[in-house]
Amino acid sequence: MGNQTPLYQCHLDAGAKLVDFAGWDMPINYGSQITEHEVVRTDAGMFDVSHMTVVDVSGSQAKAYLQHLLANDVARLKVEGKALYSCMLNEQGGVIDDLIVYYLRDNFYRVVINSATREKDLAWLARQAEAFSDLNTRFRDDVAMIAVQGPCAIEKAIPLFGEHQQQVLAQLARFQGAEFDDCFVARTGYTGEDGFEILMLSDQIADLWDRLLAAGIVPCGLGARDTLRLEAGMNLYGSDMDETTSPLVSGLSWTVAMSDDRAFVGRAALEAEKADGVKQSFVGLLLMDKGVLRNHLRVVTSAGDGEITSGSYSPSLQKSIAMARVPAGVSGVVEVEVRNKMLQARIVKLPFVREGKSMLSNEGENV
Amino acid sequence: MSEVPSELKFLSSHEWVMVEGDIATIGVSDHAQELLGDLVYVELPDVGDTIAAGDSVGVIESVKAASDTYAPISGEIIEVNADLEDSPERINVDPYGDGWMYKMSIEDAEELENLLDAAAYSDSILDDE
Repeated sequence: MGNQTPLYQCHLDAGAKLVDFAGWDMPINYGSQITEHEVVRTDAGMFDVSHMTVVDVSGSQAKAYLQHLLANDVARLKVEGKALYSCMLNEQGGVIDDLIVYYLRDNFYRVVINSATREKDLAWLARQAEAFSDLNTRFRDDVAMIAVQGPCAIEKAIPLFGEHQQQVLAQLARFQGAEFDDCFVARTGYTGEDGFEILMLSDQIADLWDRLLAAGIVPCGLGARDTLRLEAGMNLYGSDMDETTSPLVSGLSWTVAMSDDRAFVGRAALEAEKADGVKQSFVGLLLMDKGVLRNHLRVVTSAGDGEITSGSYSPSLQKSIAMARVPAGVSGVVEVEVRNKMLQARIVKLPFVREGKSMLSNEGENV
Repeated sequence: MSEVPSELKFLSSHEWVMVEGDIATIGVSDHAQELLGDLVYVELPDVGDTIAAGDSVGVIESVKAASDTYAPISGEIIEVNADLEDSPERINVDPYGDGWMYKMSIEDAEELENLLDAAAYSDSILDDE
């Protein structure tokens, strides 16, 4: 038996099929992952994301520390509660993890990192902190988190909060969080839909789950979470990037802030990679033939081979889609080797789907 | 617990076989579809293919995984369930009915003796349940 989140019993009560995920017993689905996917695209679903790692960073050197640690620049965070997506790099420019950092107030930030990488991340955070004084990094093993996602998620969730909180939440901008006495709520997520991520003390989260359930929000498992994020063109750490790949070949150049001379871990390696010319691009693939694209399949292009980093079936498009790393500059139609057969796929812009709509049709493509 | 109809024969790789005269109908078990989850793609053999017991004759793919399917006996493919091409989810909904995959001639009835009966198949999946 693995680690259990405070919502373990709620999952059993909801009929979850549990699987091991990075040492945690997590719901893969509650019956049908396609149905759950569709609920999030059209209505409102909720995910237990309590296995994620939350670290509070505080002290007068918190900002300087995060500016050193992260490839994106927390100086961009000027409004309290604002969120920033960033990679944390090693000296070689490889990605140790991707994360969200919230600026809660002066000298206080909240970082949410992955669960599968918890041990190495915490060790890295501690090691990088050694050079800083008046800095406190606190791993919050006392909190749990639910992501409520979908076009109706916010309207269904808001009435469950107190009057003052409702007023704040109704005004909350995208990628913005608000801290209350008993919870932290951010308008962020990992599905390509609007919604909240709600963080609170572990012993209170099951009560929130029950109230969300009563408000008509449908439990969704990690299966749906994966197809939703893939359609939304959002990277998954360990599949789409890792310590051997830089953000520049992982579709994450937009998260690297190098316009000023800020020194951050991995910067020199990224500058060298840029000077040498970035050799690969990170693209979307739409399978034109029948079948399903899978992780690690070989992509054959006119400029050499590439590899699928995340492949699956898109319930929204009812076709197979993937994200892939291919030789730089490749476009048009490529081939993917599936069980010794060459299938045709087309390179498309990411994301595939955003807020319930196919982005492919926007390009005038025949889907 | 998944359903295991007593009148069917099974392979430990989760295919079921229904024998009617000299024709066998093949599909995958309720247990298999539960393990795989929502099916999104099914690749079937072609009518006229001659296959031997144990041959890989097709693939069924769910959102999360692909799984080969194997021929339980030797013979010739005489009909395939073409509806699965557009509606693979029929296997999830009705694995022993609308979700059938193909029909084949029975070349050697003795090969049927090698298949598991419902009780033996139920035992074989006990650890997964």
